[in-house]
Amino acid sequence: MRLWMIVLALCLPFAAMAGEAKPMAKDPVLEQRMIALSENLRCLVCQNESLAGSHAELAEDLRQEIREQLHAGKTNEQVIEYLTERYGDFVLYKPPVKPITWLLWFGPFALLIGAMGGLYSYIKRRGNRLVDEPLSEEEKKRVAALIGNNGNKS
Amino acid sequence: MKRFLIPLGIFVVLAGFLFAGLKLNPREVPSPLIGKPAPDFKLALLSDPAKQLSPADLRGKVWLFNVWASWCASCRQEHDLLLDLSRHGVVLIYGMDYKDQPGDAQAVLDRFGNPYVETVVDPDGRAGINYGVYGVPETYLIDKNGIIRYKHTGPLTGEVLEKKILPLVKELQQ
Repeated sequence: MRLWMIVLALCLPFAAMAGEAKPMAKDPVLEQRMIALSENLRCLVCQNESLAGSHAELAEDLRQEIREQLHAGKTNEQVIEYLTERYGDFVLYKPPVKPITWLLWFGPFALLIGAMGGLYSYIKRRGNRLVDEPLSEEEKKRVAALIGNNGNKS
Repeated sequence: MKRFLIPLGIFVVLAGFLFAGLKLNPREVPSPLIGKPAPDFKLALLSDPAKQLSPADLRGKVWLFNVWASWCASCRQEHDLLLDLSRHGVVLIYGMDYKDQPGDAQAVLDRFGNPYVETVVDPDGRAGINYGVYGVPETYLIDKNGIIRYKHTGPLTGEVLEKKILPLVKELQQ
């Protein structure tokens, strides 16, 4: 009896998993394409989640829409166009390069080049100010004494 | 002294950007549909499922298209404003009941009042997707030629109505 109950308890997770699994689309290849596509699209309800990962109702509707459009033979580009026509470039995690996004795309590189230029000129100026100054005889003696002392201690 | 000025300057600029960012609403996504024709639909009326309405029927009129649902709590916030607006007859208001049970929607209108000339029913949210709806309530202002002129996401406020929508309505009605 007890063993039977343990076996039953062990089976529970599987039952739970079976319950949660969503009905797969008929075509696994299509489903793969849908997931790949929706991973690069933003869910507008919970904006930091992708359309693939979101449980929001709208995300589910949109995934279904993408599924149907792919099934109807639309290309990935056509599906993306369909969504950006309605929701704007905001749905794209990878925004298109156009004048309004230039700052976004090239700003970091401009900043990097500027910072490297600044660093270069700083190092150069600093290098000019440093002058080689050999140790005087007295300083050499002090160094020898300090090193010597340390050597004795250890 | 000069060596402190540069970091201070950078700090001030950065703080300025961040401060401005605090006031931006990340939910306010600019709609690509503004200036475009209102997407077509042919949906049943809430008041009479045998009848249908399409945006083409409203050509020549300036109208507000308010997407709402009985399950949407923030729709209740703007309800009084919409009632006020319809009472004064400033602009025609048409509603779309988005992903809802018709019975529940009708119950809301019976209880709180009905600001809409008509409400169309979009049970599966398909028409909503065409309008780029992502969070009800959403309100569109559509002109005489069926062009979307303005969109507001979230509950309407008196400020938005007075500063943005009503002046635009007046302009479009001429």
